[in-house]
Amino acid sequence: MSATSTRVTAEGRATVSAASAWAVVTAEWTKIRTVRSTFWTLPLTFVLSVGLGHLIGLSFADGVSGREETFDPLFAAFYGLTLGQLPLVAFGVLLVGAEYTSGTIRASLAAVPRRGLFYGGKAFTGLLTALAVSVVTVVATFLVSQAALGRYGTSLGAEGALPAVVAACLYLTLICVFAMGVATMLRSSTLSLGVLLPVFFLGSQGLGNVPGLKVVTQYLPDQVAAVAMHLTGPAGDPRFGRDYGAWTGMGILVLWVVAALVGGYLVLRRRDA
Amino acid sequence: MVDDLSFTVRPGHVTGFLGPNGAGKSTTMRMMLGLDRPTAGRVLIDGEPYGLFPEPLRRVGAMLDASAVHGGRSAHNHLLWLARTNRIPGARVREVLAAVGLEDVAGKRAKGFSLGMTQRLGIAAALLGDPPVLLFDEPVNGLDPEGVLWIRNLLKGLAAEGRTVFVSSHLMSETALTAEHLVVIGRGRLLADTTVSRFVEANSRSYVRIRTPEPERMRDVLAAAGIQVEETRDGALEAYGTEAARLGELAAVNGLTVHEVSTQRASLEEAFMRLTGDAVEYRAGGGRR
Repeated sequence: MSATSTRVTAEGRATVSAASAWAVVTAEWTKIRTVRSTFWTLPLTFVLSVGLGHLIGLSFADGVSGREETFDPLFAAFYGLTLGQLPLVAFGVLLVGAEYTSGTIRASLAAVPRRGLFYGGKAFTGLLTALAVSVVTVVATFLVSQAALGRYGTSLGAEGALPAVVAACLYLTLICVFAMGVATMLRSSTLSLGVLLPVFFLGSQGLGNVPGLKVVTQYLPDQVAAVAMHLTGPAGDPRFGRDYGAWTGMGILVLWVVAALVGGYLVLRRRDA
Repeated sequence: MVDDLSFTVRPGHVTGFLGPNGAGKSTTMRMMLGLDRPTAGRVLIDGEPYGLFPEPLRRVGAMLDASAVHGGRSAHNHLLWLARTNRIPGARVREVLAAVGLEDVAGKRAKGFSLGMTQRLGIAAALLGDPPVLLFDEPVNGLDPEGVLWIRNLLKGLAAEGRTVFVSSHLMSETALTAEHLVVIGRGRLLADTTVSRFVEANSRSYVRIRTPEPERMRDVLAAAGIQVEETRDGALEAYGTEAARLGELAAVNGLTVHEVSTQRASLEEAFMRLTGDAVEYRAGGGRR
């Protein structure tokens, strides 16, 4: 072994085999399932979303009569996700942030020195986990909320229901990956939660609907999927409506996620561990 | 800050990496693993940069900061995720836990671990891939005497198996007990790259200590004989470049009473201090020590 000081930069290229990529994914999954505080955010996402879906369904079932014309049962299905998403956001943050808080980032990068491989493997594992949790959560929330709505409820087969369910699954998954990117940029759980949770919480409390601010706030990452999830009222609604369509909004969210991931990668690549 | 540092570490020996605090030991070791990037230059291990090894834990095992463990994860699970990254079989986790004596607490969460247990877990992680090259940064720091002894024997044992063992320390005396080869740095620069025995020979001056009730006369006698003398704080004299027998004879010839004549060797720690004296970054106020 030698440590030499020549005027040559220490960048080399190595190919990434499928085996080593899979090794990173299995390692990241092991990290997820072996820390309680990280793991329990996942069932909490499910319980909170389904529970709120049930309660919101019950409350709407009592208050709909007389305005059936404008009532959208899908709103009742997904409104609870505005709070139910918060544990999943915390999951994305903790998955990355805990590496910096505990110092395991150094062990991680010593074991997987190719930072792009490490980061890609981590983001992919987080994405797969979030997707699985999202699908189960969204479908259960939909079914429970519609059951609670009773005769006002709708079914998966009804027009527009399936796209909305798919949109909700995508939204939860993407917002979790967005949180991972932000946490990689900020290199801290507390800082990331301190930035993301207030914004997302206020967002769900209507930041995207405040008349003056709306011009800008409707483009925040937690707002852009609202159209596809039927949370913005009928198209063209002066208060809750948006300046973009359902899938344009989803496209904007994808741009947010890509920006956060690229930002995280640049920070991870440039900074010393 | 490390500047123009170049040295080679060979297998089968424990190589001590010495320098005062802040000399750049940890930075050098972090650069070896690609955690910190040198502004210029590179570190090669077996002729390759660390970052190009597909499964680096099988080539180089390192304990840089043993406390870098998630407190909520058990010892077993900490090693398990590490093993997974380099496709090391799960059975190896139990082997290394047994090797460092942690098998009884394998399922316990790391936040309850003592400093010594955390250190052992760090060493288990370094051994996980059964690597031919091992790096340890200050492995005995904060350990009790039993732990220190255990680490010493472990390091020697690993070197005896033919591995390259590179151990940093800021304690010369501790390093001299385990290492055969020494690399000494100060302020990021190489000060010595030699064997321990050669270092001791070159750096520890010997002198003769004399105590007498008549120091003034003794000084005159020695000065007349051309021997260089220094007076110590407790009133004794230190004579350089001579031997105890000659001093005894001189005293007898001149009818001087002598209470002590003894040959002294400067300790390793003093030798180390002298070597790095100009390179110490932070020193307590008031000049030399």
